[in-house]
Amino acid sequence: MENLIALLVAAPLLGAVVLLLGGRRLDGTGHLLGTVLAAASFVVGAVLFADMLGKGAEERTLTSTLYSWIPVEGFQADVAFRLDQLSMTFVLLITGVGTLIHLYSIGYMEHDERRRRFFGYLNLFLAAMLLLVLADNYLLLYVGWEGVGLASYLLIGFWQHKPSAATAAKKAFLVNRVGDVGLSIAIMLMFTTFGTFAFGPVLSSVDGASEGTLTAIGLMLLLAACGKSAQVPLQSWLGDAMEGPTPVSALIHAATMVTAGVYLIVRSGAIFNAAPDAQLAVVIVGAVTLLFGAIVGCAKDDIKKALAGSTMSQIGYMVLAAGLGPIGYAFAIMHLVTHGFFKAGLFLGAGSVMHGMNDEVDMRRYGGLRRYMPVTFVTFGLGYLAIIGFPGLSGFWSKDKIIEAAFAYDDGVRGWIFGGVALLGAGITAFYMTRVMIMTFFGEKRWQPDAEGNPPHPHESPKSMTIPMIVLAFGSVFAGGFFAVGDRFVNWLAPVTEFEHPHPVISVPAITTATVVVLLAGAAVAWAMYGRRPVPVEAPRGSLLTRAARRDLYQDDVNHVVLVRGGEHLTRSLVYVDHTLVDGVVNGTAAGFGGLSGRLRRLQNGYARSYAVSMFGGAAILVAATLLMRAV
Amino acid sequence: MSATAVHSLWTTAAEVEPIGSIPAPHIEYAQLAPVLIVVGAALVGILVEAFVPRRARYHTQLFLTVVALAAAFAAVVGLAAGGYATTKAQIAAMGAIAVDGPALFLQGTILLASVVAVFTFAERRLDPAGDGGRVDSFAAMAAAVPGSDQEKAAVKAGFTTTEVFPISLFAVAGMLVFPAANDLLTLFIALEVFSLPLYLLCALARRKRLLSQEAAVKYFLLGAFSSAFMLFGIALLYGYAGSVSYARIAEVVDGSVRTIDPALADTMGNDALLLVGGALLLMGLLFKVGAVPFHMWTPDVYQGAPTPVTGFMAAATKIAAFGALLRLLYVVLPGLAWDWRPVMWGVAVVTMLGGAIVAITQTDVKRLLAYSSIAHAGFILAGVIAMRPEGISSVLFYLLAYSFVTIGAFAVVTLVRDAGGEATHLSKWAGLGRRSPLVAAVFAVFLLAFAGIPLTSGFTGKFAVFKAAAEGGAGALVVVGVISSAIAAFFYIRVIVLMFFSEPKPEGPTVAVPSPLTMTTIGVGVAVTLVLGVAPQYFLDLAGQAGVFVR
Repeated sequence: MENLIALLVAAPLLGAVVLLLGGRRLDGTGHLLGTVLAAASFVVGAVLFADMLGKGAEERTLTSTLYSWIPVEGFQADVAFRLDQLSMTFVLLITGVGTLIHLYSIGYMEHDERRRRFFGYLNLFLAAMLLLVLADNYLLLYVGWEGVGLASYLLIGFWQHKPSAATAAKKAFLVNRVGDVGLSIAIMLMFTTFGTFAFGPVLSSVDGASEGTLTAIGLMLLLAACGKSAQVPLQSWLGDAMEGPTPVSALIHAATMVTAGVYLIVRSGAIFNAAPDAQLAVVIVGAVTLLFGAIVGCAKDDIKKALAGSTMSQIGYMVLAAGLGPIGYAFAIMHLVTHGFFKAGLFLGAGSVMHGMNDEVDMRRYGGLRRYMPVTFVTFGLGYLAIIGFPGLSGFWSKDKIIEAAFAYDDGVRGWIFGGVALLGAGITAFYMTRVMIMTFFGEKRWQPDAEGNPPHPHESPKSMTIPMIVLAFGSVFAGGFFAVGDRFVNWLAPVTEFEHPHPVISVPAITTATVVVLLAGAAVAWAMYGRRPVPVEAPRGSLLTRAARRDLYQDDVNHVVLVRGGEHLTRSLVYVDHTLVDGVVNGTAAGFGGLSGRLRRLQNGYARSYAVSMFGGAAILVAATLLMRAV
Repeated sequence: MSATAVHSLWTTAAEVEPIGSIPAPHIEYAQLAPVLIVVGAALVGILVEAFVPRRARYHTQLFLTVVALAAAFAAVVGLAAGGYATTKAQIAAMGAIAVDGPALFLQGTILLASVVAVFTFAERRLDPAGDGGRVDSFAAMAAAVPGSDQEKAAVKAGFTTTEVFPISLFAVAGMLVFPAANDLLTLFIALEVFSLPLYLLCALARRKRLLSQEAAVKYFLLGAFSSAFMLFGIALLYGYAGSVSYARIAEVVDGSVRTIDPALADTMGNDALLLVGGALLLMGLLFKVGAVPFHMWTPDVYQGAPTPVTGFMAAATKIAAFGALLRLLYVVLPGLAWDWRPVMWGVAVVTMLGGAIVAITQTDVKRLLAYSSIAHAGFILAGVIAMRPEGISSVLFYLLAYSFVTIGAFAVVTLVRDAGGEATHLSKWAGLGRRSPLVAAVFAVFLLAFAGIPLTSGFTGKFAVFKAAAEGGAGALVVVGVISSAIAAFFYIRVIVLMFFSEPKPEGPTVAVPSPLTMTTIGVGVAVTLVLGVAPQYFLDLAGQAGVFVR
């Protein structure tokens, strides 16, 4: 069985290699090959899953060492995989949702002449993401981490002929780089502290390290997570990343890659458990981001950017839960999986709407689409109910648990603060998602002709697109209940992540009731603002908060003032120093040697008599020096 | 008077040994075969000049030379395979010649380098063919005054100086003996045997003959000057030790010999004689390797000599001279290491820095390579100074690597030509990479090897000598070496930049297409450079095994 693990990564990697190197011959069949290999990886994952279920809870971890990557004295890095309950969960999510989105992309990218390349990149992403979650040591995880970053960069900028896409890809890459530096520093700290990168030895010898070191490692891991998972303060790239094709937004920037930060924190749980200060930082980041993303999501008129704000906010929930320690790890991962279903479904729905509306993304130019796109409407609607946490659907079960756990944080003021934030976030989520739902599918038709003057003719998307949406809708509805009943999911993960039952500051039924009330209130406000009144096609000026939220709460302006301008000043002064001081020294040295060379060269005057004198002098010096050596 | 008394007046003479003839020396012909083959072929070459018709001489000589060198190389390989490099190392020819690892390794290297160098001697496609047929880079009639009618007639008749082949064979024979010489007289004879033919060869350029002759005369004068010093040193050492044999001198230096030759009772064991004699002897060898301050002949001679000769001389002379220097310092004077090491240390420093710094302002390719060879002599000296087995093997390896790069580089120089012959001024090389990317790329490989860039033999060699020097306690020398390498890298890379990133000049030189002979030389040079850079282990091991002198 261990040998199959490598196959999980190998199948999509093979696809990427073949599709990217295969050339135009594969233009006709490349997308099918890519999809089949993604599905093959899913099948392998399912086989391993069935095998794992057949074993006792404590014997489910499989490891497999492929080869020794860097065998150096005192620095052992193996290409080794670790398949336990945590990575199994991710494998199924990544390959399952990944396969569906491959299928969807066949229809969505049908008219794109670079479709083969697109599928090559998607396969590359799958391979890198699987490597990330299957690695048995931090160094190999880092390879996967960079791999998904590369795939994300390539796919955001896939339509590179659009300057906005090219810029967005660059922005994502640069911001992620900041986080990656954090991860590399964390890995180096681990190596100097523990002498190894492997999960087992590092996580089991945490007791031997000082709390200060562990806090440093934890904060660096958090920085890495912030970059990859678009958490404040490294959140600014995710909104722009929506320039990529919609399946990419669904797979990479909603369901899987952006959750890598959560994986990293949960995987490194032992480090965070021993570093409460780092945990608090994680919780704060999660709480701030969940509000930040939600507020931004309220004001966006671009359907994908609204969903991107929502993604940020939902990952904020997961990070918050992951920061809570053993009471939250399992719920973070559970919300991650259910979110994978409904957010991927929502994005695919959005893509389906855009597909029918001449690629229009402004929701103010939608309206009344429920009759024209019934399948999209129903699946999107189920995803909507799931994300706002409507009782009984997936999001309800997972988000409610996180809110409970947040109220249980530290049995006091902190519990109230973070529980309150999580609860407030649920209300805002209901508001902005209801707004999206109403503006898109209800109300008047506000359709506008596109740039070439063609009026839109909304229609249902082809089967290859609707079937994945339907499958994901099933997951959105039932997955949460399936996981939550009898604590199935928690028990499944418990051997890997540890688990403690949370004890909230107020009773669980009270929290559940409050959650439902808050979400109904949020939805009602949204209906009052957008359902009862007509939606103007041109966005009104809006309140101060609205305008701020439209500009992503001035995140880019802050970055510009603090980082860009500061960086420019720093660069300019460094360039100045380089030109005057460093170049001065370097050029001065060169000129010095040149001058010396010119002067010495004059000794070479071409006269044999001078040469002979020089030899004579040299011989005299040689003899004198030898005698002097003896004398000394 | 009784018969008895009478009888007591004389006595019968005892049976004395008749005063015999001088005992015949015992010569190990098999162990000396490489030298004997080359000398024999050189003599046959002279006969060829005398008796073979002019038209057939070129091919006969070329064939004879290449076969002789190949046979000599085979003999070296046979001796090495027979264990003479390690377990059966011995002193042959009545103590005159050592047959041991370093000697055989260096003889093999000299022979291989000579083969590829002789290919460039024999190149006949580069100069435009005259009325009398194709010509090589040597003077039509060496004895004719440049510009005279006699010369013009010789050129018109298409004469060529095929004597260069036997002359170079004599030089090779001397070079083979030089690193193997085991007494001071043999050393001196070998020096003269290879120097005199080189003086001649330098004078034989077909074009720019005055420059060539000037170079030869300078080389001759200064060479004679240095020989005088060296001979004086030999005399002083004889005075000190009562012998010219390496082993005997070493024993006297060690103090393990107490018997004093009565005729030399006043001087023997006088350290002043030893120190002065040793220093003068060293000077003679440093002159041949081109170390500062005995280097000044190098640029002028390298520039004036016919380029194929320059390549041959730069490679083979250096191998032979460093071999002799190693043997002298490691076999004869190890007991004196405390005295000569600091001095050689200083010589190595000024040689490395001097060569590298003066090379910066050179504008002629051949002079540039000459100064580069001075800097390389300094690098090799750093390995010599190590005074440990790694020092010997690293120097052996460096010489192998360096000789092929040098011959290859000078072979490339012969290809770049304009109306006046070779275009050696650097300004004419601008943009060569655009016009002849292959030639420029090959030259770039050689320059990178000179600069010691990894994956070329230059890096491996430099690394080996610096490592040996550092382990031998000369860390500061290594620092100077690395600084000099950095300075040297500047002018090597500048030529690469000039070739690839400058606009070609409209009336720039053309690159001649050579015959397979020069192509072989360049190809072998590139191949050796890359193999010794990428997979040097076998050759490092070989040099390591060969790194023990016999005494």
